[in-house]
Amino acid sequence: MVATAVQTVPAPHTPEPRWRPLENEGWLALVLLLPTLVLLGLFIAYPFVRGILLSVSSSRVGVPGEWVGFANFTRLLSDPIFYMVVRNTVWYTFITTIFKLALGLWLALLLNRNFRFKAFTRAFILLPFIIPTVLSTFAWKWMFDPTFSVLNWFIMKMCQWKVSFFGLFGIEPATSCVVQAQFNWLGDADLAMWAIIIVNIWRGVPFFAISLLAGLQTISPDLAEAAAIDGAKPLQRFWYITWPLLLPVTMVVVLFSVIQTFADFQIVYVMTGGGPANATHLFATYAYQMGVGTGLLSQGAAISLAMFPILFGIVIVQLLYIRRVETR
Amino acid sequence: MIEGAIWRKWVYFYLPLALFLLFLLFPFYWMVITTFRPDNELYIAWRRPNYAPFWTWNPTLDHIKFLFRETAFLTWLWNTMFIALCSTVISLFCGVLAGYALSRLNFPFAGSLGTMIFVTYLVPQTLLFIPLSDIIRNYRLGDTPWSLILTYPTFLIPFCTWLMMGFFKSIPKELEECARIDGASRLKAMFYIILPVAVPGILSAGIFAFTLSWNEFIYALVFLSSPEQKTVPVGVVSELIRGDVFFWGALMAGALLGSIPVAIAYSFFVEHYVSGLTGSVKG
Amino acid sequence: MANVSIRKIHKHYADFHAVKGVSLEIKDKEFVVLVGPSGCGKTTTLRMVAGLESITEGDILIGNTVVNNLPPMDRDIAMVFQNYALYPHMSVFDNMAFGLKMRKFDKAEIKKRVDNAADILGITDHLTRKPRMLSGGQRQRVALGRAIVRNPQVFLFDEPLSNLDAKLRVQMRVEIKKLHQRLSTTSIYVTHDQIEAMTLGDRVVVMKDGLIQQVGEPLELYNTPANKYVAGFIGSPAMNFANVTIKTENGAVWAESPAMRIRAPERLAARLAAHDGKPAVIGIRPEDLLMANGTSPELTFTAGVEVAEQLGSEILLDLKVGTGAMVASVEPTVRVKPGEAIQLTMNPERMHFFDAKTEAAI
Ligand SMILES: Nc1ncnc2c1ncn2[C@@H]1O[C@H](COP(=O)(O)OP(=O)(O)O)[C@@H](O)[C@H]1O
Ligand SMILES: [Mg+2]
Repeated sequence: MVATAVQTVPAPHTPEPRWRPLENEGWLALVLLLPTLVLLGLFIAYPFVRGILLSVSSSRVGVPGEWVGFANFTRLLSDPIFYMVVRNTVWYTFITTIFKLALGLWLALLLNRNFRFKAFTRAFILLPFIIPTVLSTFAWKWMFDPTFSVLNWFIMKMCQWKVSFFGLFGIEPATSCVVQAQFNWLGDADLAMWAIIIVNIWRGVPFFAISLLAGLQTISPDLAEAAAIDGAKPLQRFWYITWPLLLPVTMVVVLFSVIQTFADFQIVYVMTGGGPANATHLFATYAYQMGVGTGLLSQGAAISLAMFPILFGIVIVQLLYIRRVETR
Repeated sequence: MIEGAIWRKWVYFYLPLALFLLFLLFPFYWMVITTFRPDNELYIAWRRPNYAPFWTWNPTLDHIKFLFRETAFLTWLWNTMFIALCSTVISLFCGVLAGYALSRLNFPFAGSLGTMIFVTYLVPQTLLFIPLSDIIRNYRLGDTPWSLILTYPTFLIPFCTWLMMGFFKSIPKELEECARIDGASRLKAMFYIILPVAVPGILSAGIFAFTLSWNEFIYALVFLSSPEQKTVPVGVVSELIRGDVFFWGALMAGALLGSIPVAIAYSFFVEHYVSGLTGSVKG
Repeated sequence: MANVSIRKIHKHYADFHAVKGVSLEIKDKEFVVLVGPSGCGKTTTLRMVAGLESITEGDILIGNTVVNNLPPMDRDIAMVFQNYALYPHMSVFDNMAFGLKMRKFDKAEIKKRVDNAADILGITDHLTRKPRMLSGGQRQRVALGRAIVRNPQVFLFDEPLSNLDAKLRVQMRVEIKKLHQRLSTTSIYVTHDQIEAMTLGDRVVVMKDGLIQQVGEPLELYNTPANKYVAGFIGSPAMNFANVTIKTENGAVWAESPAMRIRAPERLAARLAAHDGKPAVIGIRPEDLLMANGTSPELTFTAGVEVAEQLGSEILLDLKVGTGAMVASVEPTVRVKPGEAIQLTMNPERMHFFDAKTEAAI
């Protein structure tokens, strides 16, 4: 037993703490965040405000311009090209996202198996995503070249193989293969759209595949095996086990992809420059043509700002959906 | 895994995988082969009977020589490298500090600041390039590397912050608490303990930021005008196309050589790159 | 080395009152254990002493200094964490040297102290290794070594043994005890394991819901628990409780329930008399239930055996008593079968009574 000795206790002394503002969480946080806040304030928040001001004035390059209210936006509403731009962008975003998701998921499922050179394959698959888009898009443009197109050559070869196959049974084709394979990829409005869609899919599939692969790897194989023991077929296993568990990752990946695709610039700029006859313009390329090409700063700013409410809507809807999926 | 017959494996696995690889890698093959083909082989219409596009028996370095002699390609390469490195370093510095503050410190408005960073993370470059070009002009930064070194962080910092927040959250809090009890101030605990432990995360963010800035196009296109200031993507676009004449050999050589530095950087840090990629889409 | 006084401290998280006025005087060289169920505020209390958590209200003194506003680095304490918190990028030597380096000790002194601590803990061979190459027990030693090299005023331990397997836990418990006997540094030790608390503590503090239930030496808590909560928490297997009604008859006090009628011992009679006719709770530890030999029917009751667990040194009987359940620990030679009804006698010296409402000991 420890005896409680009666002691004369000296008065407690309260030391004056040394002045150390960085031991205070609030001040330290402020200091650590300061460079970020300054840079983002100067080059995001300020340009955003500036963009709004520009869009309600009549500035051109070198001409300050004056307040014109919503004139730039109302002009857009009566601009047939702008309607085409909206339609193109929505279609482009929609169709590429569907394909990127489907192909990316398929590729992720393939990569999720064990095989030799797996790490190697994965590293190579990411190349389209790593290599500067403008540069790789030039390779595609060269492949789509109407006169020297390797794709058309390829299509012709396929056609010839088909013909010689049917020829064995005495069936003759109506037109020659050379004629059939004459696609003027970038000169035809519909084909040009498909061409840029293909390039976007090509560039985006690796991102989807690798992100989804990471998601797949967090799903315990025990689950699929348990389901297999319960008698589920591979497709059922995918649909009832893998897909629901993968959904949160998928949603985030789709969110990022949709935003990037919606605001895409590089592929269209290199492939078609918006042509033929504005048939492949997206928001960004049209804004560039107006704001930089023609020098109508305000008009250009209005076009790119017109993206904002749509993007904002997409983000809100997706974030809400992601939250719902995650809290389920 | 439950395996079936061998042919199933070929049909359902090897064949699709091979087709994917063909689709994803063929453009690069095309880039390489075009770089080394002489012009007289390049411009043969595909309808000609003996068109053999996939190989050449007369490889040439003409296109690469053209690139180095007739254009400022080396300068572009250097510009791109310099800009990418500077903006990566700036963004890492800001992003690591901000990520630390947002994930580790309790302070007023921490939550809303985090949300703000996330929102800026989602802002695409093409939304703001016109007002930014106006501002760059006003700051008299136009046509200098600084116009890009200062603006690239706008999309790199949110990314680095986001990635680092996720990474810092995975480091036990006790580590720095123990350091603080051991006699380190908050700053010292951060520098001596948390940052060294976070090196893999910092590498991921760094390599990713580097590839992103190497890839950036629209700001470079709008802010730079003189040929000796340009980055590789912009230089290739504007100097190797005259009107509607494309110097395809040189273009492909430029695309190839312009991709190599970033491909090398990537090959050294594949794992970090992948964890950066997957970390960037994690909530 | 120093005493620690905790004076009426409170901790409010945003909307949660985690510590509700804890006061504790810890003498120099004393080893005090805070024990209680998970979530009762032990860690929070310890972290306030460490300076990792701000103090909402009240004072903490180390030595004779109010440390409320001192950052952890200025408090001259050391803490061992449940997950060890070893710096993964540093060798064992550097882990132990870090605190000394931060305090600007010279190289030779650092080496001397680290070597000495490593020697005490038997980790001299591992000094150049990285923590991830060590086993759980070795990591725990490094964490201890990191604490002792600095020779701080107070050691704080937050469940340092919870991550170890059962056997290693016992072994490290002994080592910590030895270490304290050797260094006599004032220590505050947090655990949810009452056995650890009983074996390690000079004094044990039982907490629940942010409040101290009882402070005392281990045996004091065991023999005279202040309330039903402490009685049930300390001891394994836990004390048996049965609801009874107090009846006074001819100067004797009886505890009655449908299943038993037990005469309360003389020493408690006076206090129990005040509860005449009221409900109360009788508490008796399993080892204080004996097989009846017919000598004291006033202390005997009938119970049905449900399960008999033979442990070698004793037999644990799971019993049904009326509508309630009890556990008795009896001699290993006793032969009983499940389903059998047996007679048990309570040891009158070790009977406890608690107020049914306040749960305080009577
Ligand atoms: N940072 C915090 N914010 C809000 N509540 C907390 C926080 N830390 C702990 N608590 C709550 O305070 C209570 C006490 O926690 P703690 O001291 O860790 O308990 P334990 O006795 O298990 O160590 C718990 O209910 C816990 O949920
Ligand atoms: Mg705890």
